[in-house]
Amino acid sequence: MAEAQNSPTSGYAPAGGPPPVGSTTAGSIAVAAESTVATRMSAPPSFDVADFAVPHGREEEWRFTPLERLRGLHDGTATATGGGVKVVVEAPEGVTVESVARDDARIGRAGIPVDRVAAQAYSAFEQASVVTVPKETVLTEPIRIAVRGEGGTAYGHQVIELGAFAEALVVLDHTGDAVLAANVDFVLGDGAKLTVVSVQDWDDKAVHVAQHNALVGRDASFKSVVVTFGGDVVRLHPRVTYAGPGGEAELFGLYLTDAGQHQEHRLLVDHNVPHCKSNVVYKGALQGDGAHAVWIGDVLIEARAEGTDTYEMNRNLVLTDGARVDSVPNLEIETGEIVGAGHASATGRFDDEQLFYLMARGIPEKDARRLVVRGFFAELVQQIGLPDIEERLIAKIEEELEAAVA
Amino acid sequence: MATLEIRDLHVTVEAENATKEILKGVDLTVKQGETHAIMGPNGSGKSTLAYALAGHPKYTVSGGTVTLDGEDVLEMSVDERARAGLFLAMQYPVEVPGVSVSNFLRTSATAVRGEAPKLRTWVKEVKEAMERLNMDPAFAERNVNEGFSGGEKKRHEILQLELLKPRVAILDETDSGLDVDALRIVSEGVNRVRESGEVGTLLITHYTRILRYIKPDHVHVFAGGRIVESGGPELADKLENEGYEAYVKGGPVAGGHSKEDVA
Repeated sequence: MAEAQNSPTSGYAPAGGPPPVGSTTAGSIAVAAESTVATRMSAPPSFDVADFAVPHGREEEWRFTPLERLRGLHDGTATATGGGVKVVVEAPEGVTVESVARDDARIGRAGIPVDRVAAQAYSAFEQASVVTVPKETVLTEPIRIAVRGEGGTAYGHQVIELGAFAEALVVLDHTGDAVLAANVDFVLGDGAKLTVVSVQDWDDKAVHVAQHNALVGRDASFKSVVVTFGGDVVRLHPRVTYAGPGGEAELFGLYLTDAGQHQEHRLLVDHNVPHCKSNVVYKGALQGDGAHAVWIGDVLIEARAEGTDTYEMNRNLVLTDGARVDSVPNLEIETGEIVGAGHASATGRFDDEQLFYLMARGIPEKDARRLVVRGFFAELVQQIGLPDIEERLIAKIEEELEAAVA
Repeated sequence: MATLEIRDLHVTVEAENATKEILKGVDLTVKQGETHAIMGPNGSGKSTLAYALAGHPKYTVSGGTVTLDGEDVLEMSVDERARAGLFLAMQYPVEVPGVSVSNFLRTSATAVRGEAPKLRTWVKEVKEAMERLNMDPAFAERNVNEGFSGGEKKRHEILQLELLKPRVAILDETDSGLDVDALRIVSEGVNRVRESGEVGTLLITHYTRILRYIKPDHVHVFAGGRIVESGGPELADKLENEGYEAYVKGGPVAGGHSKEDVA
């Protein structure tokens, strides 16, 4: 039974009020014989950077991105500095960590670069790190991958592979100052469970563009938690495909976009096999002049993917004037034999009337703003379902708010 | 004894590149334990008075004074006024997505009382206050004013009134949009607070209907941005029978068609 819910402006926007100035929310459900998710891209996926023209900014996949701030990652002028970006992998016992050359067969299995920068990263990296959790190994401690920028430029490739029925939590921490383009592959064997928390806590000048490819095995569960706080430009592209039926993917995202920052999250879930599930929830708060958040949520249900159950949602809270949100959910259905499919996107603003209302009840301005932002994120943080991470996220949100609202 | 004193209050608002004077010299004294009804036709400036007293940034005080027990209210920020004991029950309460009623109530009670209420007694206090207002306990978990019906919004305002125990309560058209049952419940809530004898009440209304439930000590007719006549409860009866026509220049007022723009 096919069911499509389309509520691009549901719920969140204050009743009767217009959406904030400088925000767009578009949504579409297309029923097509041929995927426009693929055809909207300016070139087919490729490992070779030469297969992509240098973007000029009007391409569908680049139209929201400030190319002039990518520090040359998109046009081949950014040269790796051979240092200045340190990667440290800490893994519990039983996990293999290897540094391998590009001819290693495990590289590139989860997905192919879909744009020029991802292909550039693939063409330019020297050594990839491969982290393997053997089959049936259930880790109780997380694998920590610290990416510490020390002012350098780097191209990276990481592979995280879980054997059948293995379970792991991976925390990818990005800090410091760097110009970084990377591809990260997650390969989940049958029945494996992988949670990946990718934190972008960069310094103000950092530029980070990455494609995350997850290949979800039969009956496997993949959970991605993307948390973006810092950086000048952060553009992440988490993508999911399934290797067998019964797979589940949950993609959660949380971003706090401050003045002058560009944070772009583009997602694709490709339901290419039957009876898989996906759930996407991204929430962001923006404040300050020139804060720009972009969220593109593409979900594709291919003709053979009967029994698919998918939902995606993006919500934005605009705290001040001068911030801009572009939110584009996109659901493409090639079969009617699905369990459910829906999407929602809404952008609301914390306006002067809300501030007045809370302050008229004695609540100081600073507390009022924090109350609203904390409330906005609380539901998502709980959904993530990782107590340690929850605490860290809440503490970090508090810290960011303290710095920004004060 | 708490006393709110308004002297020669002038308030302007910016509208279409022009500064418009809405309040043109309001004089009023509200003492603890007293209930004053301010009645007037649409557009007379009643709601402007309410919002200006609470400190809404849209309104500029261009003259006059407002003091609460001698303290200069006009010097205070919006939250300071609330903590000083001023409460405005709004005509159009604002939705605050992501903030639950229970979190909101506790945060405001903490701010107004100067310390966090003890959890056990607080839960009981809220529960009982909600019961008295016929509010479903599930209400506490909803987001502030989000998706509330008109009646729910007004009950929520009165719930806050009961919990925050202000020294001066300004009720801005609390009766508007309520059916008779809701009006009775809301009025009973206001009366419970009044019976404490510790609050001065400024009841702003267009209609006399609510005065059947909440008996004022003083009735003031508001027109053209000031109080034009003051009297006892009998003045309300006169308005009930004769309307506002006598107070409005340029002919009869069409009731209920245009609302003051307060948002």
